[in-house]
Amino acid sequence: MSTSHCKAGGRRDFLKAAGCLTTAALLPHRFAWAQANKIKIGLMLPYTGTYAALGNAITNGFKLAVAERRGKLGGRELEYFTVDDESDPAKAPENTNKLVQRDKVDVLIGTVHSGVALGMVKIARETGTLLIIPNAGAAAATGELCAPNIFRTSFTNWQTGYPMGKVVADRGLKSVVTITWKYAAGEESAGGFSEGFTKAGGKVMKELWVPFPQVEFQALLTQIASLKPDAVYTFFAGAGAVKFVKDYAAAGLKGKIPLFGSGFLTDGVLEAQGEAAQGLETTLHYGDGIDTPRNKAFREAYAKAYKSEADVYSVQGYDAGLLLGLGLDVVRGDVSKKNELIATLEKARIDSPRGVWTLSTAHNPIQDIYLRKVVGTQNKVIGVAHKSLEDPARGCKMKKT
Amino acid sequence: MNGWPSEFFIQLLNGIQYGLLLFLLASGLSLIFGIMGVLNLAHGSFYMVGAYLAFWLAREIGNLWLAIPIELAMVLLIGVILESTLFSRLYHRDHLQQVLLSFGLILIFEELRSILFGDDVHSVPVPPLLSASIPLTGTLSYPVYRLFISGACLVVAGLMYVVIQKTRIGMMIRAGSTNREMVQSLGINIKLIYRWVFAIGVTLAALAGLIAAPVSSVYPGMGSQILIICFVVVVVGGIGSIKGAMISALIIGIVDTLGQVVLPEFSGVAVYLLMAVILLWRPQGLFRVA
Repeated sequence: MSTSHCKAGGRRDFLKAAGCLTTAALLPHRFAWAQANKIKIGLMLPYTGTYAALGNAITNGFKLAVAERRGKLGGRELEYFTVDDESDPAKAPENTNKLVQRDKVDVLIGTVHSGVALGMVKIARETGTLLIIPNAGAAAATGELCAPNIFRTSFTNWQTGYPMGKVVADRGLKSVVTITWKYAAGEESAGGFSEGFTKAGGKVMKELWVPFPQVEFQALLTQIASLKPDAVYTFFAGAGAVKFVKDYAAAGLKGKIPLFGSGFLTDGVLEAQGEAAQGLETTLHYGDGIDTPRNKAFREAYAKAYKSEADVYSVQGYDAGLLLGLGLDVVRGDVSKKNELIATLEKARIDSPRGVWTLSTAHNPIQDIYLRKVVGTQNKVIGVAHKSLEDPARGCKMKKT
Repeated sequence: MNGWPSEFFIQLLNGIQYGLLLFLLASGLSLIFGIMGVLNLAHGSFYMVGAYLAFWLAREIGNLWLAIPIELAMVLLIGVILESTLFSRLYHRDHLQQVLLSFGLILIFEELRSILFGDDVHSVPVPPLLSASIPLTGTLSYPVYRLFISGACLVVAGLMYVVIQKTRIGMMIRAGSTNREMVQSLGINIKLIYRWVFAIGVTLAALAGLIAAPVSSVYPGMGSQILIICFVVVVVGGIGSIKGAMISALIIGIVDTLGQVVLPEFSGVAVYLLMAVILLWRPQGLFRVA
C-alpha cells in the first residue's frame, strides 16, 4: 500500500503527507483494478426439469442484451457463473451461497420458481449482494422482504390478475368463480383478480383450490357447472394449464361460461392446448404482435441469435441485462459503488420490447398490462388492460433513496 | 341441474373414473413391487416413456390406434432388456440397492427425454372416434374418452385377475413370489417367468401413459408426479394383491374427488390421511396375500 509510508509528523511530514494523499487520490487503483477484471455474474436458473425452457429463455435474453453492448457492461467484460437451481427450494440457500461465497459473484440473477427466488432473497438480504429477479412473481420479494439490493424485471402475480378484474366486470359479468392451485402464485394471482373485480362491482361467488401440482380437475369442473357463474378466472401454468384448458372444453363449459386467466395460462403452451384454447383472453405484461419498432428489432435479433422465437421469459431476461447495463454504465463498471449503483437502477427507465417501464419504490416494474386473445398459436395483444400498473407492495417499508 | 343428488352422483362418477385411472397407473407397479418384490422407483419413468412414445408415434404415424401395438412391442423389449441386464442381478440384494438402481434410471430417462423431445409441454390428440362428449346437465358434459379410459382399466384389471388367479402361469408366478427356490427346484424356469412379469409390468406402466396421454398431456417430470400416488394405491391395497390394488384405487379416487368438494381445505392431505388410518388399522394393507 502506498499510503502506509504517509505518516503525519512535523511540517515537512505534513507536506509529505499531503503529497501522499494527493497522489493516492490521483491514482485510481480501484478503477484500474476494476478495468482489468471481469464482472462476475451469477446465473442461478433452472436448466433441467419442468422450467428448463424458461431458464434457457431468460439466459438467452440476458446474453442478447449484453451482446448488443458488445459483450461489455459499464466498460467491463462479464464472467458467468452458472448454477442449475433445479427449481428446488430446499437447495436454494446452498446454491445461492455457492455463487456468493465460493465464486464471489458481483451480481446474482435468478430465478423462475418463487420458492427458490425467496431463498435467494434471503441470502441477498444477508450478504448485500445485488440480486435481479427475472421471473418469479412472489409478492414478498418486493413486498415484506423488499431490500435496496433486490430488483425485479418481471412482474408480481398480483399484477397479472388485478387488471382482469375490471375487464371482466366491464363486460357485465358480475359473478365469478376462481380456480387455481393452492400455492403462493395461484393465491396471489386470484387475490389480485378478486380485488380488481370487487372494486369494479363484481362478486366472487366461490374460490376453488386444487392441491399443487395435482392436475385432476374433474370434481371442481363439475362444481363450476352446478354453480353456473357468469365467468371463471383461473391461474395455471405449464402442464396444468394445458390440462385445465382442455378439460374445461371437454366438460362442455367452454361455450357456456367464459374463461379468463392470467397470461401464463396460455403462454408457451398454445400448441399443446390446440383448439381448446382458441379465443381465450388473458392478461400479461407481454404478448404477440406488439407493433413497435423496439419489439420487432428485439424479436428479429433474438430469432437470429437463437433460432427460436422470443417469449415473455426472454424479454424478462433481456430487460435484466438492460437494467444492469444502465446501472453499470453510470458507475463505470465499479460494482463496489453500491449506493450509487442502486440509486441509478431505481431511477432507470427501461425501453423494453414490452414497452417502457420504470421501477416502483419496492423495485418492481411499473408497467402496462396487456389484454391478449388466443388466435391460432398466438397470444394476440388486443388492448391495454391497465396502463402503468404498480404493485401495491404490501409490507414493504423501503423508501426511495 | 336438479339439485344435490344429481351433483353427488356425477361426483361419484368422477371419483370412480379417477379411481380406475389410478388402478391403471398402479397396475404395473402392483405387479413388479407387489408380486416380484422389486422396489422399482422408475415406474413413473416407464409411464412417461409410454406417454412420450404415444406423442411421437401419433405424430409420425398420424393414428393413435396404429401406434398402440408398435409402442407396446417397443416397451416390452425395453422391459426385457432392463430386466436381463440390470434388475435380474438385484433380486437377492436388499431394497436399498434396487432403489439406487431405479433412481438412477429415473435420471437417465429424464435426461434422454430432454435430449430427444425437449422440455416443452406437448399434447396427444384424442382419437376422433372418442372425442365427443355426452351432455349430462345443462352446463356439464362428460368426455367419452374418459369413459373409454375407465373401460380400458376394467379390461386390464380383468385380464390381470384371470391370468394371475386362474392360469398355470399365474400359479407359477404366485408360487415364485412365495418361495423362489422351491419353485426353481420343481423344475420351473422362474428366471424366465420373472423376466416376462417384469416386462409386462413395464408395459402396463407405458400403456397407462399411452392411454392417459390425450387427457393429461405430455410433459417433463410427469413420471415423478404419479409415482407417489401409485405407491399409496399398492400399499393401501396390500402388497401383492391385484384385488386390493383395485379396491384401494377406487377408495382413493372417491375420497380424493369428494374431498375436493366437501373439504377443500384438506383435499391435499385427505388421501394420505386415509392411508395413515388404514395402515394403523391394517398394517399389511387391505388385502395382503399370504
